[in-house]
Amino acid sequence: MTTTQTLSDGAAATSPDAVTAVCLRGVTKRFGDVEAVAGIDLDLHQGEIVAVLGPNGAGKTTTIDMVLGLSRPTTGSVEVLGLEPRAAVARGLVAAVMQSGGLVKDMTVRETVAYTASLFADTRPVDDVLADAGISELAGRKVGACSGGEQQRLRFAMALLPDPALLLLDEPTTGMDVEGRRRFWATLRADAARGRTVVFATHYLEEADQYADRIVLVRKGRVVADGTGAEIKALASGRTVRATLPGAGDHAAAIGALPGVEGVDVRGETVVVHTKDSDAVARHLLDHTPAHDLEITAQGLEEAFLSLTGEDAR
Amino acid sequence: MSATASTATTARHDVTARRVPPLGGFNRTLLAIELRRMLRNKRTIFFALFFPAILFFVFGSGSDGAEAVGDGNVSAYILISMALYGGALISAAAGANVAVERALGWSRQLRLTPLKPAAYIAVKAIVALVMGAFAVTIVNVVGAVQGKAEMPLATWIECGLVTLLCTVTFAALGIFAGYLLPSENVMQVLGPGLAVLSFLGGLFIPLDQYSDVVRHIAYFTPMYGVSEVARSPLTHELPWFAVVNAVVWLGLFVAGAAWRMSRDTARV
Repeated sequence: MTTTQTLSDGAAATSPDAVTAVCLRGVTKRFGDVEAVAGIDLDLHQGEIVAVLGPNGAGKTTTIDMVLGLSRPTTGSVEVLGLEPRAAVARGLVAAVMQSGGLVKDMTVRETVAYTASLFADTRPVDDVLADAGISELAGRKVGACSGGEQQRLRFAMALLPDPALLLLDEPTTGMDVEGRRRFWATLRADAARGRTVVFATHYLEEADQYADRIVLVRKGRVVADGTGAEIKALASGRTVRATLPGAGDHAAAIGALPGVEGVDVRGETVVVHTKDSDAVARHLLDHTPAHDLEITAQGLEEAFLSLTGEDAR
Repeated sequence: MSATASTATTARHDVTARRVPPLGGFNRTLLAIELRRMLRNKRTIFFALFFPAILFFVFGSGSDGAEAVGDGNVSAYILISMALYGGALISAAAGANVAVERALGWSRQLRLTPLKPAAYIAVKAIVALVMGAFAVTIVNVVGAVQGKAEMPLATWIECGLVTLLCTVTFAALGIFAGYLLPSENVMQVLGPGLAVLSFLGGLFIPLDQYSDVVRHIAYFTPMYGVSEVARSPLTHELPWFAVVNAVVWLGLFVAGAAWRMSRDTARV
């Protein structure tokens, strides 16, 4: 009680007393022979903006479905705000915005929101929600006659009706322009500051890096990296040093022992070194070995992402 | 330290303050919006509410309409047939909507709300019954106003209620068919399909006017049993195989709908 009261809004995430927004423990999910989720442990705190990043088929959607209570884990447990997912959904604590579908074309915008609002025990007024989403003037229009962007705003209006403590978004800014994207994230950040946890799935590392407090990288049903954008980039950052080196095999051990070196590949007369300190490797190669034709290449954000989530990731 | 600063966060933490809606989310707003949607669908309204009344004028106004049948006359007999046709059509349309909404992802969207699947089905069932009642009532009112149909009031009411009960079969058929052909155009298949079944069930033309072969096939089709059941308060005739037919088809359609739905929810 006292601990909680001394906290400022933004510090909710660090409170030891705060209920964890999402808690996954040893979660696996099998579909027949396919293991979509191979064992995930994850704690998301209240007020965090978390990006879940991973290639298609990494298990992002399956995991989100389990958090929403749309499916049950094969083994392990999922808790949302200390509750079983369906119980959290029944209390309007969890909402999600999907990228497509989920709307009936012959209902009007207002009917769709009123219909959804009527399902919750506690809900914000329909008119307020329509106004906040900027779709008041569309209220009487059939959903089928709305543009993709308008439908997306409607989905947000529906999701925000119960004032959810956890909001899950699937590729939320697809189709938005730069300005729309900026405004969208500013709104989400304001809500997060008041304690709402926002989880979004995305393909874009840049967007995750820019807007998320925390990035969870998923690959083949496992969390392969979890940290701030800077931490994730550091994990996969570094450069590649390539050189022609006669008798490369004899030098490999010494190169591998250099500070910052993550891997040494010897391919005949060519040596390829992955390192965080390319200067040290270059200096060593030129000063202490007969290496020549030296090349240094940097890894971009995309390569960092690919090296962590790609097929050949170690 | 300040109480104001902590209000927002403590409100978030206080998960227990959030309530669960009563009745699994079932409420009047849902019913009102769902009924409005059905009534707005011009094609459904025409084919289920007005078309059967028109058919009644066509088939029920002949010179032999006054001929006696059971407690009433031929015109009353045709009236019941048309009411069943309209009720079946609109119930099937309401049932098909369930599957169409699943195909659109609307059901998945609803799974992100407190609405319980049972409450959703209850809403849809009530809508199907109310619309079925509309259809049955309209044909009956048109028949009463036109004045050729004759049967005792009690028989009239009994027939109407039994007809409504029989439409449940077609609500289940609608759900089942909607799953097999999950598109917004499922009624373009169901509509003509139900017309064919209605011919075979003897709703438009008495079965004794068909050849023996066709009639014997007709005895096994889904509209035959319910039509005999619906008219039995008037005719006082109910062959045992008609009852078997009605019960078996109801069972089959309900089982089919339940089977497809359970498979579908497993996937949701």
